[in-house]
Amino acid sequence: MPVKSMRDAINDALHLEMARDPSIIVLGEDVSGGAGGTSGEREASGGIFGVTKGLLPRFGDHRVIDTPITESAIIGAAGGAALAGLRPVAELMFADFVGVSLDQIFNQLAKFRYMFGGKTNCPAVIRLAMGAGMNMGAQHSQTMYSMLTSVPGLKVVIPSNAYDAKGLMITALRGNDPVLFFEHKALYPRKGEVPDGAYTIPFGEAALVREGEHVTVVALARMVPFAEKAIDALAKDGITCDLIDPRTTSPMDEDTILESVENTGRLVVVDESNPRCSVASDIAGMVAARGFHSLKAPVQLVTAPHTPVPFARELERAYVPSPTRIEAAIRAVMKD
Amino acid sequence: MATPPIHPTTLAPLTHEQLLRAYRQMKTIREFEERLHVEIQTGEIPGFTHLYSGQEAVAVGVCELLSDADYIVSTHRGHGHCIAKGCDVVGMMKEIYGRHDGLCKGKGGSMHIADFDKGMLGANGIVGGGQPLAVGAAIACRNRGNGTVSIAFGGDGSSNQGTVFEAMNLAVVLKVPALFVWENNGYGEHTGADYSVGSRDIAGRCRGFGMPAEVCDGSDFFAVFETMGRMVARARAGEGPAAIEARITRFFGHFEGDPQLYRAKDETKRLRESMDCLKIFRARVTAEGWLEAGELDAIDSEVLALIDRAVAEARASSPPAEADLYADVYAEY
Repeated sequence: MPVKSMRDAINDALHLEMARDPSIIVLGEDVSGGAGGTSGEREASGGIFGVTKGLLPRFGDHRVIDTPITESAIIGAAGGAALAGLRPVAELMFADFVGVSLDQIFNQLAKFRYMFGGKTNCPAVIRLAMGAGMNMGAQHSQTMYSMLTSVPGLKVVIPSNAYDAKGLMITALRGNDPVLFFEHKALYPRKGEVPDGAYTIPFGEAALVREGEHVTVVALARMVPFAEKAIDALAKDGITCDLIDPRTTSPMDEDTILESVENTGRLVVVDESNPRCSVASDIAGMVAARGFHSLKAPVQLVTAPHTPVPFARELERAYVPSPTRIEAAIRAVMKD
Repeated sequence: MATPPIHPTTLAPLTHEQLLRAYRQMKTIREFEERLHVEIQTGEIPGFTHLYSGQEAVAVGVCELLSDADYIVSTHRGHGHCIAKGCDVVGMMKEIYGRHDGLCKGKGGSMHIADFDKGMLGANGIVGGGQPLAVGAAIACRNRGNGTVSIAFGGDGSSNQGTVFEAMNLAVVLKVPALFVWENNGYGEHTGADYSVGSRDIAGRCRGFGMPAEVCDGSDFFAVFETMGRMVARARAGEGPAAIEARITRFFGHFEGDPQLYRAKDETKRLRESMDCLKIFRARVTAEGWLEAGELDAIDSEVLALIDRAVAEARASSPPAEADLYADVYAEY
């Protein structure tokens, strides 16, 4: 099977689906780049992370639309285009820029179907590059998905690998609801086996990445490879874990987590978000409410601290949950 | 259209039927709102209501230029736009009463009425929330290449919002058929536009973004129709976005129950005399001999009967079932 990076896997999905469905358009800052420049190079960017490469030459500028730096208008235009029958994919570049387009995301797109009595769909996909680890500072490194997972009407997708990213993106593009598609910047180069053809992965179905008997570890995005590292290190001590990657936080596959906790009695949740009102605290609350009697030990949450993302390498390393911290948390739940 | 055109505007002749329909639409909006003003006092209608009385010639002057294939995006003061774009009046009234068979099944209310079959993409509770949406719909119009257009209604209040500036710039950059209709009714909530619109020139602002914009008298249906007609024609021809600023007034407060302490005591009374689009329209068409007073009187009675029926049906209908709370959050989940 071909081996591809997560960047190329998402690019694959866009190429395949745009060729299949002429109603799909892509819009955002520098999705091709080069418009109005002096070099004459029309596709000067292909997205700042290279995810939209090759789309403009293939599909033209009516379907691959370079916008000004104008996040509210990008998301709003995606919403209006969706109401008018298109299937827009809006790139928000950095997930942090949710801050300048939040009204369009949560007051507009998220609510159209409900407040208009189910008379419309809003099939818009918003792509957001997220996550710390590249010393980009407080305004270009946040995860943002916890906040948006709480909004009814939105679906939230958070892939951890190339294969899932492609299948989940194709599901998003064929669905009829607004989807926030979070891509961890540090995972773009992460390679894995990815078929060339189209395939879908349903939302709300977690992946069981590792199987074990002592501890249930739930992790998202970049925290999945980190958790794998921690779990592999513990094997020498005879500790084995289920590692569950929910892949989507709205809808959330609660049953897979609960079934695993029923078997292990111990839960560690790893989430790069800040801790308050996070996906981690949501999962912990859900297990406390629905699986309390399975628990043999207090739930351990491994999250970023309640601070902005710092700049200096040393501080950012301390901010992001590490395989060492995950390993320590697993050992801690094993003590009880 | 059997009758030959009788009123040659600079843009296109209006037929006898068009004139009658324009009057009927304006009268329907007026009576719908005047009746709501009364019915709201009974306490039967939940929530916020923002009435459009006084501004009818703008909604109708614009929408008479459109077909169901054209899009509009409306505002919190959206009843007039809905009626002018062809939304069912009884369904609207039921929606405002929060009934299960309202246009949006009682999930939207006064501020969130939409009818996609009519190209009405929704009223909007967020001031300045709609303009970016209209640009997106205009991208769909452009890509279809069928000459359709997308209209964003907004007031002097939303003309100050950053989202609106973004939307106007994006429309110009992409050269899409998005049209911005500014209804400058003199007040954004409880504050005068003379204070809040820094330049006091909304049309000039639009020109600053690189689109043509003209000011017109929003109480004169013919002025709106002709001014907007030029803008719609160029957008249909692929010449890109444009704007009109219709100077107008609202006869009621920002919302129902607003004591309007920001308005001079006799202001509304005076404006109901001098800026009533229905009186102005009636005087013009009868003086020119285009319509008979009797034809207009007949419409008046028909409209009153329609509004009576709408209120009666809305009152008699039932609220949504509790299970509807969970319906239609997602297409699938």
